[in-house]
Amino acid sequence: MSTLLEAHGVNKRFGAVVAAEDINIRIASGERVSLIGSNGAGKTTFVNMITGYLKPDTGCIALAGHDITPLAPRIITRLGVARSFQIPQLYGDLSVLDNMLVANACHDDKLSFWQPARRPEAIARAETLLERFRLGEHRDRRVAELPGGVRKLLDIAMAMTGRPKLLLLDEPTSGVSAEEKFPMMQTIMDALGHEDATTVLFVEHDMDIVERHASRVVAFYAGRIIADDVPSIALKADDVRRYVTGELLQE
Amino acid sequence: MAAILPASKTAPATGHGRLILIAVVTCVVLSLAGLLMPRWLSFLLIMSAANGLVSLGIVGLMRGGVVPFGQGMMLAAGGYAAALAYNHLGFTDALGMALIGGVAAALIASPFAPLLSRYRGIFFAMLTLALSMVTYGLLMKLSMLGGSDGFNVGRPTLFGQELADGRVVYTLYVLAIVLATTMALLARIFFDSTRGLVTLAVKENELRVEYLGGSVRQAMTINFILAAFCGGIGGALAVMALGHIEPNFSFWTTSGEFVFVAILAGWQSVAAVFIASTLLEVVRSFSSAYFPNTWQLVLGIFLLLVIRFLPGGIGSLWMGRKRK
Repeated sequence: MSTLLEAHGVNKRFGAVVAAEDINIRIASGERVSLIGSNGAGKTTFVNMITGYLKPDTGCIALAGHDITPLAPRIITRLGVARSFQIPQLYGDLSVLDNMLVANACHDDKLSFWQPARRPEAIARAETLLERFRLGEHRDRRVAELPGGVRKLLDIAMAMTGRPKLLLLDEPTSGVSAEEKFPMMQTIMDALGHEDATTVLFVEHDMDIVERHASRVVAFYAGRIIADDVPSIALKADDVRRYVTGELLQE
Repeated sequence: MAAILPASKTAPATGHGRLILIAVVTCVVLSLAGLLMPRWLSFLLIMSAANGLVSLGIVGLMRGGVVPFGQGMMLAAGGYAAALAYNHLGFTDALGMALIGGVAAALIASPFAPLLSRYRGIFFAMLTLALSMVTYGLLMKLSMLGGSDGFNVGRPTLFGQELADGRVVYTLYVLAIVLATTMALLARIFFDSTRGLVTLAVKENELRVEYLGGSVRQAMTINFILAAFCGGIGGALAVMALGHIEPNFSFWTTSGEFVFVAILAGWQSVAAVFIASTLLEVVRSFSSAYFPNTWQLVLGIFLLLVIRFLPGGIGSLWMGRKRK
């Protein structure tokens, strides 16, 4: 498979704190990669550098062979990188449908002064995605009234509006109850299953979810990659058991 | 269930035929009503339309989460441009003067718009106020523009026709109605468009707009230039009605009145802007006649009541929603 994302020699420091140290990684199209690590390990920093929110001190990040390191988040989004957030970034005063229409409008190459945002084809497109994420019943509800899990799903559905090549999910199941986590992640993966072309990187703390849904695991510790393999191998690596899952420490 | 903000239900599902029909009917009815109006009322409504156009621009900016306190500058820019075109270029057509006013104000706003698009909240308000006061200062000092006294402007023509004494107010009234309804229609279409929806999104969450591929700065820049265009047309209209222009067009109290009207109207309805503007003119006219020293007090109490009981502005009465 062709390489979609490549990070080469990426370093990032916040004062004395090392958030990323010599990150080298290649991600192929269609992979489902889980980024794991304890808090402060550098997972979200890495995601933020891919999306352009943070710039590496040194190194470069390329998307399909094009250097995206210096680009603004908006430009990177337009090149095919979308993300969801640990705390969903939604428009609380708007309805679920209008949130989807905002996403749709933002992805339009030429925003129109004339074309109604609520034109039938835009609504139909939004409704299709809402159904795929099982949000159809919430279509006309005000987002501020929605429960946490539904907000998370909407956040991801909005990110999917532009049919991204690479989707970054920052802790998609955080803040969701244990019973809801698995069905929710299944919903997400089922919905993403419609988009074979979408490569997914998801930050996750629940190792059961990682095992079940990732085709590859990249483990971070103190800004470094300490394991990068299929889940069955990566999760059993000593460093991962010591620094991420804490199993060796308990033993 | 709490109310949802209006983009969902006010935006048309398809086309703009219904909106255009409403605008045409409103235009015809108000134009015919003008035939029965006393001249003082026609003049009051011309000024309401002129000021309402400036406030319409402010409402467009408010939808993006910023409130300018210097739109008097745009009123002055449009007014001076139209007046100068009349006096120095011999361009006397009323419709043309209105368009010159709008274009001139938009051109003047253009270099500042990208800078202002970086700022929010009080910084945006103060920067726009500063720009308008610099303009005021310049206009006061420039003798070629009449200095503090300003200068007079003659009677305009319309499509090459001279306007007779008995027709001039009515003709300007019809022009004001046509311009106001046209701009209100275009504003409604813009507010309901994809760009309009992105503006609403900017107000709530700029970060997400950028992460969805939208440009916050572009949206705010365009909104500021469009607001200037509206303000410029308003300025030209006011100059034609008054026959005189002076630096006070750009004074901060003038800008404050436009903000007053925008808050009174709320950001949901374009019609509410012109209703609020008319209310202000009526309250100002009658209060200054009957309570010459306390009319601002009446106005202040009126605004307090609206803020207390209609926090979404007058427009929320028929848009069916109010902001929390």
